[in-house]
Amino acid sequence: MKLITHNMLTSKCLKGVMTGYPLAINATDIKVTEVDFNPEFITRVIPKLDWEVLWAAANSIGHGEGLPKTLEPKFEENEDLLKKVHKVLLEVEVEEGNLTCPESGRQFPISKGIPNMLLTEAEVQ
Amino acid sequence: MQEEHKMWRRYLMWFAHEHMDFRHAEMYSIISLLNIPVKFVEKPCVQKPYWIVELPSEDCVRKIASRSVLLKNCIELWSRARTEVQLHDNLKKSLNNSTGSWVLGEKKDGISDTCLCPKELIESSLSPKKTFKVDVETFCKHFTMKEKVEKIEKFSYLPMRGPVKLRNPDVTLAYLEFYGVDPNDVPEKPYDVFFGKWIADGQRDLIQVHSLKKRQFIGNTSMDAQLAIIMANQAQVKLGDMVLDPFVGSGSLLVAAAHFGAYVWGSDIDYLMLHGRTRPTRVGQKIRTKDESIRGNMRQYGTEARYLDVVVSDFSLHNWKPGLKFDAIITDPPYGVREPTEKIGIEKENYTLSEHHLPNHVPSKVEYGLSHIYSDLLNFAATYLEMGRRLVCWFPLVREEYQEEQLPSHPCLKLVGNSEQVISKLAARRLLTYEKITDDVPNMPLDPNAGVHNFREKYFTMGESTRRERKEKRAGEVAAYLAAKMAASRTDAT
Repeated sequence: MKLITHNMLTSKCLKGVMTGYPLAINATDIKVTEVDFNPEFITRVIPKLDWEVLWAAANSIGHGEGLPKTLEPKFEENEDLLKKVHKVLLEVEVEEGNLTCPESGRQFPISKGIPNMLLTEAEVQ
Repeated sequence: MQEEHKMWRRYLMWFAHEHMDFRHAEMYSIISLLNIPVKFVEKPCVQKPYWIVELPSEDCVRKIASRSVLLKNCIELWSRARTEVQLHDNLKKSLNNSTGSWVLGEKKDGISDTCLCPKELIESSLSPKKTFKVDVETFCKHFTMKEKVEKIEKFSYLPMRGPVKLRNPDVTLAYLEFYGVDPNDVPEKPYDVFFGKWIADGQRDLIQVHSLKKRQFIGNTSMDAQLAIIMANQAQVKLGDMVLDPFVGSGSLLVAAAHFGAYVWGSDIDYLMLHGRTRPTRVGQKIRTKDESIRGNMRQYGTEARYLDVVVSDFSLHNWKPGLKFDAIITDPPYGVREPTEKIGIEKENYTLSEHHLPNHVPSKVEYGLSHIYSDLLNFAATYLEMGRRLVCWFPLVREEYQEEQLPSHPCLKLVGNSEQVISKLAARRLLTYEKITDDVPNMPLDPNAGVHNFREKYFTMGESTRRERKEKRAGEVAAYLAAKMAASRTDAT
């Protein structure tokens, strides 16, 4: 699971959970692979992100990569920053671990890089 | 403005004669995506595998050809006629047309076969320094190489002074003859003949490159490569888009979307499918190999950089954060025939799971009716699509029951494409393309037609009744035959 995906996922499917965001990451295996850098894409994605969530998530798994805590207004002109964002969003991947719902504590396993967000039949009743 | 129009060149767009119902939808999606103005010289007709159009520049032609999978090639038109004699006559006269623009002939039945192109068009392409060749293509009739050469020799009056080169020449001239589309009724003479300069090929080759036969990871319902590319085109997928397939399966649609530059997400309720651990689909294969995965497929086609993630998730209770907007949603939901329509649930009341059963628990599933799937899908698209962007999805139905007004609908989504692919005599599926037209999403109740649509039941009972009917009909025929035979033998005896 890449951090771009983490930034978009919630656990609001759970009964009684209001926002279910952000999910806490508990990673037991992290992989970093090289991905082609596309500055246009990163520039387009940044406004769709919850920046604080990205910053916190990256740091919580030890891959802050020098990302600033707050986003500068003219980020599109700062290629160095775009490269850092690229790395954090697309190159760092949680292979094994858990996502935890901030409200209910329900855990969702990540195995072989794929998060399993399925509930049990008891939870959807 | 008038001056500018004169500068537009005429092009013959030659299509593959398959998936005809998709031709219009694919092409219109592409020209609107690329924002290219197209003027029809002749009204397009589904029964003819070509369009004759005017386009502002050759660059536009190349752009269109770089996307369309139904387009075979594009020819800069120099002459078009109903007969060979007329075609040559036009070309000869064109060599003296120094007006700098097309001299238009009279139209009959919306077609003019006496238009003369400006001589510069021909002369600029046939300079002595440029190597060239002439291709002859005939539609619905076969000719030997010798016959084709004879056809080429008839063009000897053209000032073709450059050296002939059959491989990668500077200029490829194209002569096309159209003998209709009915192979059982091929006329002596062609209906239409065309001559011009080849400009670009469409994306037919991509069908082979993306063929499921050579794909690492496929499932039982993987989408055919050509249809997947058509879907990506109709979704107007472009470089840097974010695309979602919420019923991703083996990811065929993501392969097509990523080919056109999209970054892709997929989700599916089927854990084993996303982990590449379902039973192998290919005949004779015992177990799935390690690299069989959606990501592996994208690696195979060199688009792994645009793979975002796949998530095991139940679409009826999806996990995407509110406010997220996708550039396109392309999907082929399960119809309940080859893939079950399921969501997490249980019929029992007050069901609980004990703590120690939780790890590795496989949740039970209940029926997720097709009508619910589509109403969830349209509601999702209305909320999660960027304005002006598209949802492209398949919709199965019984052919004789088809009514356009019963297709899934939503006030925020406008149906802009609706093409039929026939599955059997009785069943078909339609490729529906919706464009998001407003952000003002109302709270939608379930579609009123919802209860009616149970494709699975209809699909199977439909087959059964015809099987029974066939049997009864056959029994009736045998009985009639025997009765006739007995009557005959009785008359013989008397």
